[in-house]
Amino acid sequence: MSLTTTMTDGAQIVKVNAERIDAAMAIQFKEDMRTETESGPERVILDLSEVQFIDSSGLGAIVAAMKQLGGGRKLDLAGLTPMVEKVFRLTRMDTIFDLYSSLSEATAPASANS
Amino acid sequence: MVKTFACSFTATNLDARSGISSVVARLRTLGVPAARVDEVQIALTEAVNNVVEHAYADAAPGDVRIKAELSPERLWISIQDAGAPFPNGQLPEGKPADVDVPVKNLPEGGFGWFLIRELASQVQYERSGGSNNLSLCFEIQVTSPPAQA
Repeated sequence: MSLTTTMTDGAQIVKVNAERIDAAMAIQFKEDMRTETESGPERVILDLSEVQFIDSSGLGAIVAAMKQLGGGRKLDLAGLTPMVEKVFRLTRMDTIFDLYSSLSEATAPASANS
Repeated sequence: MVKTFACSFTATNLDARSGISSVVARLRTLGVPAARVDEVQIALTEAVNNVVEHAYADAAPGDVRIKAELSPERLWISIQDAGAPFPNGQLPEGKPADVDVPVKNLPEGGFGWFLIRELASQVQYERSGGSNNLSLCFEIQVTSPPAQA
């Protein structure tokens, strides 16, 4: 599983360089997220724009990635493709993350929490 | 007119991925609308994940056989395996995950059966001859398949 981190104003952006987060790679994803986000800013933005498919294992791994950030830090999701968005919506997991249609929207000043 | 096709693969995550991809590709060429194919892919993936993780949990991975039967209005997909039966011979209820809880208590799994029941219009299960036979039905409006070159 390939993750790439970039730092921006007050947030860490983690991009998932894979087309799927499924049962075959969910555990690896969770472990790699732990490594990537061990320390860093409060806000982590997960860029999912390359991800075309996610299953319940992948969804669980993203929830786990948020939980392992610990209190005081948050995981936002950006660039959800239609199928990924559908899985989040059906399971109501869209209500527990802040979702942004694109990375630029997630990092736009207007979207900053005030 | 009813079109049928089948495939089988070993119950591992990677073999399941390519097996399901082949079913999905076939549905597209048969004119099933893209959004519906996506939903079938989600439900089928969850059903096959369950076979990999539960039915063959205590044994060497056996085979998973998928059969699809597409008529103009509906698609039946059956998934057969020779693994352990469902507990008490019953399919899980598939309740929605409770998301109104503190972050640390959020579920990291248990979404699979909820997704299957949300996306399939009918779900049937039969245990016979040492095999699990799970059938999922999807309502379909088949469009014309893309013209063949």
